[in-house]
Amino acid sequence: MKFGIIVFPGSNCDHDCYHAVKHVFGCEAGFIWHKSSCLDGLDCVILPGGFSYGDYLRTGAIARFSPVMNAVQAFAKKGGLVLGICNGFQILAEAGLLPGVLMRNSGLKFICKGASLRVENNTSRFTSAYTKGQIVNIPIAHADGSYYADDDTIKLLEDSGRIAFRYCLADGSGAPDAAPNGSRADIAAILNEAGNVMGSMPHPERACEATLGQTGGRAVFESLLKGFV
Amino acid sequence: MITETIVKEHGLAPDEYDRIKQLMGREPTLVELGIFSAMWSEHCSYKSSRRHLKSLPTKGKAVLQGPGENAGVVDIGGGLAVVFKMESHNHPSFIEPYQGAATGVGGILRDIFTMGARPIASLNSLRFGSFDNGGTRRLVEGVVAGISGYGNCIGVPTVGGEVYFNSSYNANCLVNVMTAGLVRHDRIFKGLASGVGNPVMYVGSRTGRDGIHGAVMASDVFGSGGEERRPTVQVGDPFCEKLLLEACLELFKTDHVIGIQDMGAAGLTSSSAEMAGRAGTGMEIDIGAVPRRETGMSAYEIMLSESQERMLLVVKKGSEAAVKAIFDKWDLEASVIGFVTDDKRLRIMEQGAPVADIPVAFLTDDAPSYDRPSKRPERQDTVQALDLKAIKVPDDLNGALLKLLSSGNIASKAWIYRQYDYMVRTDTVVGPGSDAAIVRIKGADNALAMTVDCNSRYCFLDPYTGAALAVAEAARNLVVSGARPLALTDCLNFGNPERPEVMWQIKEAIRGISDACVALDIPVIGGNVSLYNETSGIAVYPTPTIGMVGFVEDLRLHTTQWFKDAGDVVMLIGAWNPSIGGSEYLSVVHGLEKGILPRLDLDAEKRLQEICLAAIKAGIIKSAHDLSEGGLAVALAECCFNPQAPVGAAIEIKRDGRIDQMLFGESGASVIVSLDKAHLDELKRLCALSGVPCEVIGKVEGDSLKIGDYIALPVEKMMEEWAGSLERYLTHV
Repeated sequence: MKFGIIVFPGSNCDHDCYHAVKHVFGCEAGFIWHKSSCLDGLDCVILPGGFSYGDYLRTGAIARFSPVMNAVQAFAKKGGLVLGICNGFQILAEAGLLPGVLMRNSGLKFICKGASLRVENNTSRFTSAYTKGQIVNIPIAHADGSYYADDDTIKLLEDSGRIAFRYCLADGSGAPDAAPNGSRADIAAILNEAGNVMGSMPHPERACEATLGQTGGRAVFESLLKGFV
Repeated sequence: MITETIVKEHGLAPDEYDRIKQLMGREPTLVELGIFSAMWSEHCSYKSSRRHLKSLPTKGKAVLQGPGENAGVVDIGGGLAVVFKMESHNHPSFIEPYQGAATGVGGILRDIFTMGARPIASLNSLRFGSFDNGGTRRLVEGVVAGISGYGNCIGVPTVGGEVYFNSSYNANCLVNVMTAGLVRHDRIFKGLASGVGNPVMYVGSRTGRDGIHGAVMASDVFGSGGEERRPTVQVGDPFCEKLLLEACLELFKTDHVIGIQDMGAAGLTSSSAEMAGRAGTGMEIDIGAVPRRETGMSAYEIMLSESQERMLLVVKKGSEAAVKAIFDKWDLEASVIGFVTDDKRLRIMEQGAPVADIPVAFLTDDAPSYDRPSKRPERQDTVQALDLKAIKVPDDLNGALLKLLSSGNIASKAWIYRQYDYMVRTDTVVGPGSDAAIVRIKGADNALAMTVDCNSRYCFLDPYTGAALAVAEAARNLVVSGARPLALTDCLNFGNPERPEVMWQIKEAIRGISDACVALDIPVIGGNVSLYNETSGIAVYPTPTIGMVGFVEDLRLHTTQWFKDAGDVVMLIGAWNPSIGGSEYLSVVHGLEKGILPRLDLDAEKRLQEICLAAIKAGIIKSAHDLSEGGLAVALAECCFNPQAPVGAAIEIKRDGRIDQMLFGESGASVIVSLDKAHLDELKRLCALSGVPCEVIGKVEGDSLKIGDYIALPVEKMMEEWAGSLERYLTHV
C-alpha cells in the first residue's frame, strides 16, 4: 500500500506520519510538496498536522488554496483514501471535503494530552480494525479543535454512522464535558459520505508504538492496510 | 556630532566612549557608535563575566564544540552528535510576555539549527513573582502562551522544564529556554566568514524597525516605567521560522555553505562582526542590499534591528543562485549583501560610501572586560542564621504535607505543560512531569535525557553551594532516569554586576558550578549570562540555571520516578542528611527563607550517581526519584502519583531527630528507588562495594501514603491538592 504525505508550508507532523506508515507499518511512503498536483499511484493521501501557513487568517483557510488541493479533491472523488489529521482535518473542512468547521477550543488554550475516545463506527476503511464501542487513547494537540456544525449536519452525521470517534471519559461514559475542546456531540473524527475521507483531531500517528506509551492509534493504519490484502 | 547624551542613551559609560575614540583615532559615526554600543553591551560582550567564565571546565573527550559558537556540540556515537544551549529572554518577557517568551524560543531554536542540527526538543526554566503579587498571573499567562504559540507552531516538542514562584521575581521574571538538536559529525556548521571574496548572503525575514537596541535594553536595570520599552521587544513569526528551519536544513545537505550565523541579539551587527572575528577576516556589507519591510530605514536602524527569523550566510563563490533557489522554494528572501575581505575590518557601505568602518577586533576581542569589585553582603550572616528551636514542629503533619504539595513550586505544572505540544516528532518517551525528559533517537536503540534545574533560594542563601547543588541535582535527575550526563549549558541570571554584592554572587556561583563540574566530570559546553535583572535596586535571587543532557544507552532500561507494582521494596540510597535550612518546608509552612543549606558532598554525590546508574543498567530498579524540594515526604508522594495507576506506600523512618526534619528536610546525594524484592541483595551488594549507604524504608502497597505514625493520607487526596493547585490560582478571578 502506498501513502503520500502532503507537505504544506508549516506542516510539522509530516515526518511523524511518514515514520508511522513507513517504519512502523512497513508501507511505501513519500512526501508530496504542496505545489505538486500529481497523486498518481497513491492509495492513501495523508494531510498531516501542523500550522500550515502559520494558521494565520484561520486554520486551514490558506492551505486549501494550495495547488495540491485540486488534486486531492479529484483523488477523493475517484474514491482514493484521504486522511486528515489535526491541521489536516481543518484543511479538509475548509476545502469542503468534510462538513463543519473546527473552532477555537472552548478553554481558549492549546491542549496537549492523551484523550479517551469511543469508537462509534468500526465499518469504515479507517476504523474496521477496532471494535464498536471500544475505548482507546489517542493524543490530541491543538488550539482549534472544537468541532461545530449545524443541527441538521450533526443529525446527518449521527444517522449515517459518519462519526468515527467521539471523546469520552476514561471509563467510556459520555458527560457534558467529555470533549476537552468543546466539540459538538463530542465529535473527534468524522467521515465523508462515501467513507473514503476521514478527518481526525486526535493524532493516531502518535499512538502507534509501545515505546511512546500509547498504541490506540495503530488500528487506524491496520484498518487501512486490511483493505489492501 | 556625538554628544554626552547620545553616548548615555547608548548605554556606554564615559570611559568606554573615550576608549572607542582612542581605538578609532577619531570620533565614531553614529552608525559606528550604535555598532560599538551593541557589541560592547553586557549581553554581547559578557564584559562583567567573561574573565570569570574562563574558570569553567569546558573540555571533555566527547566535546566536539565548546563555548564560543552558537551552541555546544557533544558526540553521542554512531556518527551523531547532540547540539544544545540555553538562553535567557528575561527583560523582553517582562516588558511584553507573549512576544518576549516567543522570540526567546525562536532565538534558541536558530542557535541550534544554525549549527546544522535539526532541533528535537526544548525545555524551559521559568521564574515568576509570588502568587500574591499583582502582575504574576498576567506574566505566567503571557509567557506560557508565547512559548506555546511559537514552539507548537514550529513543531519542536517542549518536553520539560521547571517553574518557580518567589517574591524576588516580582519585578523581574526569568524566562530561560533550552533546545537540543541532532546533527551528523560531518554536517556541523559554524559561524565562520572564511574565504576572501566569498559572498555574504542574507536569508529569512525582511528587516524591520522592531527590537532596535534590544541587546542594550537587556543590559540595563528597570526603573519604573519599564513597560515603556516595548518597542525594543521583537515580534516573532513562528511560521516564518519553520520555513527558515526547513530551508536551512535543505541547504545544509549541499556543499554551498562556508559559515552561517543567526541574527539574534544585535542582529546584523553581531552576526557579521562575530563571523569575521572567528575566521580572522573582514566583511563589507552594502546596506542598500538588505531586504527591508519598511521604507526609509537608516543604516543605523538596519544594523541594530533585531527583527526575527533572519540568518547570515557566507557561501562559496558561484553558489549564490543555487542557494537562492532553495530559499525561493520556501518563499523566503535570499540576497547577496556583501563579501568577505582580508582587511579584518567591518565596513558598512551606503550608496557607495562607508558609513561605518571598524577593525573587527575592536568589536570582539578588544571589547571591555571588567574585574568588577565584589564583596560578600553583610546580610549573608543574618540569612544563614537559623534557630531551629524557634521553629515549631507542626501539630498537623498531614496538613503540612498537603500544604507543600499544593504550593506553587511543588504542585503539578500540568496546567502549563498541557499548553505545550510535548509529543510532536513522536520521540518523547518520557515527557514533562518526571525527573528528566527522555527523547528517543529514531533508528537507534538509545535516547537522550534532558533536564533544567536551579534552586535559587539555595543560591541566595549560599551562591557557591547552591550553584554546585544545582549541577549535582541536574546530574542526579538524569541518572535516576537511566542516563549518563554528557555535558551542561548554563544560564546565569543575576542582578546588577556593578553592585559588589551581586558580583560576589556571580563569582561564587561560577566557582560552585566549576567545582561540581570537575567533581562529577561534566563539561560546560556553552551558556548565556543575563545580568541587570533588577528593578529599583532589588535584584532577583541569583539564578544560575543548569541545563543538562544525558545519554541513555539502552532505551529499554530507562526509569521514571513512579512506583510501579504493589509489593515492591522502597529503598533510600545515598548520604541522606536532611536539612531544614533553605527548605521549601521552611518557606511554605513557616514563612522563612533562611538557614544553612543541605551539605554539599560531591564525592558522595558521584558515588551515589554511579551506583544508581549501574543498578538501572543492570535492570534491577523499577523506579528512581531524586529527593529535592519538600524532602522525603514530598518525594514519596510524587513516587505514588503514577499517571497510569496511582499507588500507595508504607514507609518507616528509622532515624532519630526532629520529625519535620526527617519528613521535609532536604538533602543532596540521595534518591528513592523501588525494586522487586528478588533484586534487593544485588542492590545492597552494589551499594556496599562503593560504600554508598542504603536502607529499606518500606514497600509499595495500598492506596495511601503512610510514613510511620506521622503521615497517613490517601493518594487520591494528595493528588487532588497537587494537581489542581496551579489552575486554581491561575484561573480564579
